Amino acid sequence: MRISFHHTRLDNGLAVIGEVVPHARSVALGFFVHTGSRHEPEQWAGVSHFLEHMAFKGTERRTAWDINRDFDAIGAHYNAFTSEEMTVFHCAVLPEFMPQALDILADIVRPSLPAGEFELEKKVILEEIHMYADEPTWAAYEEAKQAFFAGHPLGRSVLGTVESVSALTREQMAEYHRQRYLAGNITLVAAGRLDWDRLVELAEKHCGHWPSGYVNDRLTVPVPKRSRRTLVRPQVAQEHIFLLSPGPGVDSPQRYAAELLALILGDDTGSRLYWALIDPGRADSADVSVHGYQGVGAFFTYVSCDPEHASANIEIALEVLATAGAEITEEELTQARNKMAARMVRAAELPMGRMRALGFNWTYLQEYRTVDDELRRLDQVTVADLQQLTEQYPLDRATVVALGCAEDLEGQKAVVSAELSS
Amino acid sequence: MSAASEIRVETFANGLTLIAERMPHVRSAAFNLILPAGAAYDPADKRGLAGVLSDLMVRGAGSLDHRQLTLALDRLGLDRSQGVGPLLMHFNGATLGRHLLSALRVYADILRRPHLPAHELEPVRSLALQHLQSLEDDPQSKVLAELKKRHVPAPLGYHPGGTAEGLRAIAIEDVRRQYQTYVHPGAMILAVAGDVDWPALVDTVGALFADWSAGATPPLTLGSRGERQAHLAKETQQTHIGLAYPAVPIGHPDYYAALGAVNVLSGGMSARLFTEVREKRGLCYAVWASYQTFREQGHVFCYAGTTAERAQETLEVVLQVIRSLAQGVQRDEVERVQAGLKASLIMQQEATGARASRLASDWYFLGRIRTFEEIHKAIDELTPDTITDYVRRYPPDDITLVTLGPKPLQWSASL
Repeated sequence: MRISFHHTRLDNGLAVIGEVVPHARSVALGFFVHTGSRHEPEQWAGVSHFLEHMAFKGTERRTAWDINRDFDAIGAHYNAFTSEEMTVFHCAVLPEFMPQALDILADIVRPSLPAGEFELEKKVILEEIHMYADEPTWAAYEEAKQAFFAGHPLGRSVLGTVESVSALTREQMAEYHRQRYLAGNITLVAAGRLDWDRLVELAEKHCGHWPSGYVNDRLTVPVPKRSRRTLVRPQVAQEHIFLLSPGPGVDSPQRYAAELLALILGDDTGSRLYWALIDPGRADSADVSVHGYQGVGAFFTYVSCDPEHASANIEIALEVLATAGAEITEEELTQARNKMAARMVRAAELPMGRMRALGFNWTYLQEYRTVDDELRRLDQVTVADLQQLTEQYPLDRATVVALGCAEDLEGQKAVVSAELSS
Repeated sequence: MSAASEIRVETFANGLTLIAERMPHVRSAAFNLILPAGAAYDPADKRGLAGVLSDLMVRGAGSLDHRQLTLALDRLGLDRSQGVGPLLMHFNGATLGRHLLSALRVYADILRRPHLPAHELEPVRSLALQHLQSLEDDPQSKVLAELKKRHVPAPLGYHPGGTAEGLRAIAIEDVRRQYQTYVHPGAMILAVAGDVDWPALVDTVGALFADWSAGATPPLTLGSRGERQAHLAKETQQTHIGLAYPAVPIGHPDYYAALGAVNVLSGGMSARLFTEVREKRGLCYAVWASYQTFREQGHVFCYAGTTAERAQETLEVVLQVIRSLAQGVQRDEVERVQAGLKASLIMQQEATGARASRLASDWYFLGRIRTFEEIHKAIDELTPDTITDYVRRYPPDDITLVTLGPKPLQWSASL
């Protein structure tokens, strides 16, 4: 039973792609809408994420209750998420329920934004903002992103702020939807056990009438700003530290090298930061991840530790990052590659995991890659590639933000505030 | 779709049970190794000892020191974790199927020949203390930990991470003694799922573990549960509400009815809690209930987080919803619960990690592996009457409530 890949475009511009896996036990579907916080006007900050919530609150054909009931009636695993550049609505179901699942999922991408539900859901979003504010890791993450991207939309919280969300109107959201949810800006992605012809036929039926057209984004490039500051929060127990430095974008050929470098430096076992900070018990968490956006990226290093050791740990982390390119061994590369290969294979064994990988590759790169293609690309990365990457993107030239009760971290400008969060 | 034919079990003379399920079409394999050496066995003045032991076991074993051992597992691409829950110590791992046997060889050293080096105790203790401190920065986890401590009889309800005083009191001799007493194959379960070859697996596991002698794990004495209500004052933006009540355990004739009842409350987004608390009233972002079981007793844990001024209303709505179960359950609600449980049952068979842990937990709780058909049939047999009848016989009125936030809430057990 062979795995096959198919793609087409409806007349209105909607891209449809599918990887048919005859031996799968389920099928995953996702609508990838190329819109997120980066595309929002500042005064509408949070509208993409709020709109994602409103998708579940009613359409021409379904009330909020009908949507939840219809999804649950077919045992669907369904949800949605919003990032800086993408809003994704997804579900996984048993193969026999694919037609119903697509019917509901396509329906919610065109919500009717009922006024009562809009005001009610606004409260839920505000609760979500308060919930994250109570988690210092998130608060530190948001502060670090804001400091690093220095006024660029990528630095804003995907959730928006209490002020921007409170001020949003239903009409503004409807306008945003009209501008951004054009068929050419959306990709339907399917993976698992499915009949391709049937999928296209159903996509035509449910999405063929969607407003056609493409969105031409003129994205500005951020100019990251280096700074070091401490946000003093007397109630926070551990010190939460983020170090952000520029990295390759999601569409860069250096993406695989960047992922491997992040594992060598900051995987949760056996990485350089592991030996420098976790093994000796200096920090209880230390990891490096690479966040790719269109045309730009960043390495995020996170350290959590006792406030007493925060100053020393920042210096140790910067030292590890400064020497990142030096003496990377074949052995380190092999370990990182083996870990990443095993993770990729495991993620791809679930239709939901496969659907996500397919969707991101297609929307960002206009490319289909099999799991084996991806593994081959990993194999092709050399030690020299990693060295070149660190020369191009020196990780120690970082924006450092610490959040916790420490007041006098060396080299950090302290910002004392009685507020619980920004 | 039957899974039964693919499952093999071998129990060795020393008590170790090996279970394997070969899953077609996958390249990965996952293992889940559990043994009764969890936090409940910690000495009263050294809480946190079992967790420290599990972390020290991977810091050097057999002919490998900590760095060599880490390298050996990383080279195999093994994603892994170890740790302790209330009763069990676990070692989990997942990688490509072709690396599985090599990984198990390293784990035989970790389990049978750990160095437990004195110089590694301080770093491990420091990490354990920081993990405890991190809990203070995560109010949802904190309120659930405090809830379990009060609701579940001691020592099962204690936080597996221990206490700061307990961790500080631990000496390396304590760690070694804990290892000698509790880490043995007598009740150990090793479950493997994915791309596995049974003959090679059973030979390898036999060669690695069969000559290890079993010890005797001292029995556990359970104490009583704690106070029924507590408030932890903290200037957070939200008030975090945790509540719990008893349910029947897995293996009980009413188990599926209990599971059905929890899913009517919190199975999908059309379930009662999400609908009443979030969808109709917009009180919360996060609200849920979940079922957890020990061998003798099950529990339902419920969480809601909301801004302080709406917390009292949220608590009242949550309690009303829980009590509404006894007034009856609709047929369409049960049908949605059934659809959700069946889909999860089937989708779980695509994930090697989920399968390995299900195999281990079935064997631990039931001494056998439930077949796909058995679970499917039990789900099919759920009706509004079986669920309502269960809730009436086991009413959720023995509630423990813990809140964390700026202000305590008004509540009495009879509300």
